[in-house]
Amino acid sequence: MAIIETTDLTYTYPAGTKLSLQDVSITVEQGEFVVLTGPSGGGKTTLCRCFNGLVPHFYGGKLEGNVVVTGLKVGEHSIYELARHIGLVFQNPENQLFALSVEKDVAFGLENLGIPRGDIRKQVDWALEITGITDLRERPPHELSGGQQQRVAIACVLAMQPNVMILDEPTSFIDPVGAQKIFDVINELNKKLGITVILVEHRLDLASKYANHVIVMDEGKVVLDGEPREVFNSDSARLIGVGIPKATRLYQILKEKGISLKKVPVNSEEASQLLREVLTHDRG
Amino acid sequence: MIAVKDVYFTYPNGVEALSGVSLAIRDGEFIAIMGQNGAGKTTLVKHINGLLKPTKGEVAVDGVSTRKVSVAKLSRKVGFVFQNPDHQLFCETVEDEVAFALRNFGFKEQLIKKRVTWALSLLNLTRYRQTSPFMLSGGERKRVALASVLAWNPDIVILDEPTIGQDYQQKEKLRQFIVQLNTQGKTVIIVTHDVEFVAECNPHVILMAQGKIVAEGGAKETLTNRDLVTQAFIVPPQVSQIFFELSDLKLPTNVIDVYDARKVLLDRLEVSS
Amino acid sequence: MSVFDGFKFRRVYSPIHQLDPRVKFFYVLVMFVIAIMFNQLLPLILLFFIQLPFVFVAGVQREWVRSLRGALFFAIMIFLFNFVFQYFWTEYPLPPSPSLLEYSIAMTLRFIVLIESFSMFFLTTSPDHLGLALEQSHVPYEFCFAFTTAVRFVPVLAEEAQTIMDAQKARGLELERGNFIKKVKNYIPILIPLIVSAIRRSLELAEAMESRAWGATEKRTNLYVLRVKRGDYLLALISVLILIFAVYVWIFHREQIPLLTNFLAPLELTVTKIS
Repeated sequence: MAIIETTDLTYTYPAGTKLSLQDVSITVEQGEFVVLTGPSGGGKTTLCRCFNGLVPHFYGGKLEGNVVVTGLKVGEHSIYELARHIGLVFQNPENQLFALSVEKDVAFGLENLGIPRGDIRKQVDWALEITGITDLRERPPHELSGGQQQRVAIACVLAMQPNVMILDEPTSFIDPVGAQKIFDVINELNKKLGITVILVEHRLDLASKYANHVIVMDEGKVVLDGEPREVFNSDSARLIGVGIPKATRLYQILKEKGISLKKVPVNSEEASQLLREVLTHDRG
Repeated sequence: MIAVKDVYFTYPNGVEALSGVSLAIRDGEFIAIMGQNGAGKTTLVKHINGLLKPTKGEVAVDGVSTRKVSVAKLSRKVGFVFQNPDHQLFCETVEDEVAFALRNFGFKEQLIKKRVTWALSLLNLTRYRQTSPFMLSGGERKRVALASVLAWNPDIVILDEPTIGQDYQQKEKLRQFIVQLNTQGKTVIIVTHDVEFVAECNPHVILMAQGKIVAEGGAKETLTNRDLVTQAFIVPPQVSQIFFELSDLKLPTNVIDVYDARKVLLDRLEVSS
Repeated sequence: MSVFDGFKFRRVYSPIHQLDPRVKFFYVLVMFVIAIMFNQLLPLILLFFIQLPFVFVAGVQREWVRSLRGALFFAIMIFLFNFVFQYFWTEYPLPPSPSLLEYSIAMTLRFIVLIESFSMFFLTTSPDHLGLALEQSHVPYEFCFAFTTAVRFVPVLAEEAQTIMDAQKARGLELERGNFIKKVKNYIPILIPLIVSAIRRSLELAEAMESRAWGATEKRTNLYVLRVKRGDYLLALISVLILIFAVYVWIFHREQIPLLTNFLAPLELTVTKIS
């Protein structure tokens, strides 16, 4: 079942001179892990804002075409209605936490919805547990590391029990080990809780192993949309300048020299497995 | 020549960010300082242009202790490009922004014009000369910040987390630019935790953890050493992970770049066939 | 070091920290009113000592002393003004008598008592609690939110200002150079990025708030509620008793409050007699 569907989505910001989105038509199925990538300024963030109604409700401007998220037409529902179904995590963790304690921040959305206190407590505890930050409960957010802050931001959105979670470059300010932990949490949300994930990311070396659907955007348009192997291995991905995983790149340059692996690897485990076959086969 | 001798540094809030760091950087070297956030990387480089003075120990640039000269004076030699360009852009035009430091250093207006023109063309910004820096995209703002430092042609260039928030193409351009600076004889120091970027630049690597240097050496040796990488809390480059998983096949393990990887694999296949 | 150091909250737990901010504020108000009611030294000294147990129970002695030390300059000014003004500029100049000295000390002590009680309040009340107290006192939620968010971002902005200063220094900016006007101008390269970044930050904050259902209902729930507990009743009771006693003294025995110098007088007499 499609959980997000856009048809011919076209949008310009009120002060903008060029189209930020141009005829974007994509479908995301329930339970998918989507990686959305492409050069900066290509419209990735704008598309994310369309999913939870920040575009057009918060930013203004005219949105043409259709976006339907979890059965709701975005144009016809307010941001806070959509917030129950779809959560958005932003790039800079610092600017999305505003309370004086982690717990209070995680409760913020639920408080706004006017949910009874007992339920808030339960959902906050649950979200803290899943993101692995129960011990940070009473700490003020500004004293935490960037990685911890970003996990708090995820918990804040998770507490509202959304069906879809969108993360806009959540690790770009965070060091590799911190980033790894964040990816693990996101992966768990997807695999264990069945939450549909859309992850905007440049660092495909780290993120691609979780994905089962990749969308590449450039200059407001969707240029590639499909299975990770196909997308990473396509010529246009390289032309647009997508930083494809090194494993895939290695596959490509080996092929130039006449060595073909059985399939296109997208992470180190796959690559080493495939290389092992070639190396040991030739030996025997 | 930069000499860091047994430097300790404690912030006013009591956090010890450096505990006994010693380091010598020769002219024309290309250094990457790596480690996780909070390992003391930025604190260390802020000592090189005198923004921070050691609590104990000494930092000397070309034989002169940083305690004895002002930041402004040291900056003539040491250009420091901060992580976020928005922390420094404030002028009405890109031209004024790039000229700002030159005016502070008391250059003559005629020379300033020349230098600005040179720096703008170096970073491919000439057409934005009269544009407000606030109207530019993130990648362009980053280049303006870089131009505003390179304009006075410092011998040493420090870049703090240059790849953060940059996409693949921007990183690729940045990499070429940095390598070019280094081949022109400048000492280049980058502070980063972007292993793939470092793997492609192939600089001399300094690994830091908890305010100490845990290892120092070529990128190929340090980034493929499992123990060191774990100690510094970094994730090794993907190519090295592939080769680590194949370690039982007796392949060389110091491979971090796809082209090196291909060469190694081709050699092996030729030998065996 | 400044007076404000004495108002910075530090996260510790004590019976005083647990008290309801509204009750604590009532107590502070009582102290304030009594301090204004009396201008004699004796009651003000009592007022000063009454508060000491709270400071020790809360375990904030060090910060408290620091706030008093920070207020020292103002205290001295107040003393000198009272002493000197009364002596020279009143219609009938008073001679510099011990009673004038006592009066000036009393005025100074009044100021110290005010600082003491307010600093006590801010030292033992977390901004979080304070925001909550505001909310439950029917202050519109937008104001309470603005208050806690401001507190949350003060350290972040301070750190950012430092980074910006470093970035501009690295481009040869010397803040201390030139005459007064030049010095003020030197801060432009720091202020502009700071303001631009604050604007950008507030936009991002607004986006995040919207995405988390800001304004979904009129009747927001709150994860925490302040409940008035036994300790709160106790403090309220103590405050009321002190207030009643003070009002009683003020109405019926105001004129009888002795000057401390009167106690000294017989002493002086005995001294002269012996000699």
